[in-house]
Amino acid sequence: MARMEDTLHDRELRQAGTLRDEEITVADFTAELSDRVPGVEFELEPEQEMLTVNMGPHHPATHGVLRLVVDLEGEVVKDLKPVIGYVHTGIEKSCETMQYWKVIPFVERMDYLSYFFNMQAYVGAVETLVDLEVPRRAQWLRVLHMELNRIHSHLVWLGTTALDLGAMGVYFYCFRDRDRVLDTFEMSTGQRMHTRYFQIGGVAEDIPAGFEQKVRELIVQLNTGISQYESLLDKNEIFLIRTKDVGVVSRERLLQLGVTGPLLRAAGDPWDLRKEGGYLAYPELEFDVPVGTVGDGYDRYRVRLTEMRESLRIIEQILDGLPEGPWIADDRKYALPPRAELSTSMESLIHHFKLVTEGFRVEPGEVYNPVESPRGELGCFVMADGSSKPARVHFREPSFINLQALADMTIGEYVADLIQTLAMLDPILGGIDR
Amino acid sequence: MPDAPGLELILAEINRENPGAVLDTSYDREQAALIIDPAKLIEVLTWLRDTPGQEYTFLSSVHGADYFPKAPRFAVHYELLNRERYERLRIKAIVANPEDPEELPVVPSVVELFPTADFQEREVYDFFGIVFEGHPDLRRILMPEDYVGWPQRRDFPVGGEPVIFTRDEVTNPGWWQ
Repeated sequence: MARMEDTLHDRELRQAGTLRDEEITVADFTAELSDRVPGVEFELEPEQEMLTVNMGPHHPATHGVLRLVVDLEGEVVKDLKPVIGYVHTGIEKSCETMQYWKVIPFVERMDYLSYFFNMQAYVGAVETLVDLEVPRRAQWLRVLHMELNRIHSHLVWLGTTALDLGAMGVYFYCFRDRDRVLDTFEMSTGQRMHTRYFQIGGVAEDIPAGFEQKVRELIVQLNTGISQYESLLDKNEIFLIRTKDVGVVSRERLLQLGVTGPLLRAAGDPWDLRKEGGYLAYPELEFDVPVGTVGDGYDRYRVRLTEMRESLRIIEQILDGLPEGPWIADDRKYALPPRAELSTSMESLIHHFKLVTEGFRVEPGEVYNPVESPRGELGCFVMADGSSKPARVHFREPSFINLQALADMTIGEYVADLIQTLAMLDPILGGIDR
Repeated sequence: MPDAPGLELILAEINRENPGAVLDTSYDREQAALIIDPAKLIEVLTWLRDTPGQEYTFLSSVHGADYFPKAPRFAVHYELLNRERYERLRIKAIVANPEDPEELPVVPSVVELFPTADFQEREVYDFFGIVFEGHPDLRRILMPEDYVGWPQRRDFPVGGEPVIFTRDEVTNPGWWQ
């Protein structure tokens, strides 16, 4: 067999007799090895050889600081162990050193893409502990921001997932639209991320003039945007091949593993705490729960995209029917008095001083408050011991629980699909490690 | 949620089969809880999961709690959920701290019953030092593997961990020792 061109190195090897033109089979190789080493029979069966590969902790496709120890046989995943804790910051412990209302900024920073949900889980638990009624307008404003947050979170998920599958354009379009959502947060709360908008008893501030107009414009833009992503991905041959029938786990197994959220709904289970639990203003709002049929990557993508449309529906209803009234509870033992009152009322001044310096005390008790976050059931457990600081704050993080299903989703499939399955899982490492 | 009389019924039914399994019930702020003996944990959870009419088949969350300075000191909470009726029930396995400081409190593992407890039991072990007997892979999960101490216990100080910065060399030579 003639070669087009030999490198100098090849020529040297051929002269030395170590480079051969004919193809060497595995059998030839083992036979030659056995010849060279007398007394030892070499056997090489490549399909039985295991290779342990370390993915991460710094890997662009793990969406954070996640390490996966993967056992491969050829290209097939045989075992997978997630190793987590690289960004553990002890938020739950820090919460125990803070007064109840000062814990809010801490819990926001756990799952950094769903800060409104973290706040609602915590604030709702404290409100149950102190038996505080949230005004109706505050409930609706909370739902408005949570649904905007759900869209924001799903947009980041869609952009990074499409990027993992090679669709770079989608990433830029998603982040363009995500920025628009953050603009509305900036307008109503003053911050783009980690807004500290929810207070115990309501929300920090009413929405400003012009906010409704801005959100209505956003709805139109997002409706167009979602159609654009669909047209980019729904008929994209590469995307379909990469996602269809990949990472399927049965609904029963997902329930055993405690998986909730879009992953469970993609497997055909219409489980949504907004419908079942009926917290805040959700019972008054009309929306559907999208479900998949197979539970593969494509279904997960479709469920999340449809959820964004349903969130837009909810936001539209809220803008149409936002009730008038106060946006924070009138109970001065728990909610700060309005600033204007401080210069006229001595009592308000005392309440303000007490709240800011000591905080409020909570009778001993324990409350678990679940909400439906973009990733599933986000539960907050708060234990009060009678002082003005919580004795324990624990978060049931959906990313943390859902990560347990990754081994079931990937074992027996190709390592290339592992990237896709992990992206469809939508883990947020800030939430997993807390 | 099962209300206070409903909880008493559950208590009576469980205690008929496993005397002394349920020590007490509590119904507070619309949250129902059974306080149980950790030795009977598996029996109680199996009964609640498999008995027709109960069917708490979904385990939402497992978390530890430290009631220091009260005794018995520790508890492991299991947040059960019935998905048909949307009822939540908290099971509290109360466990005392052994007198010997070398020993750790022990609770049976429920990974066989609810595979979702795997990571969560490791987390409780990591932060409270509660050992789950029968757990297939009980290691630290969020803290470093060579870490000493149980950080979420109430008597573990915040800020007890020295923070290492190279700039401390000026003011505090030999800080690394």
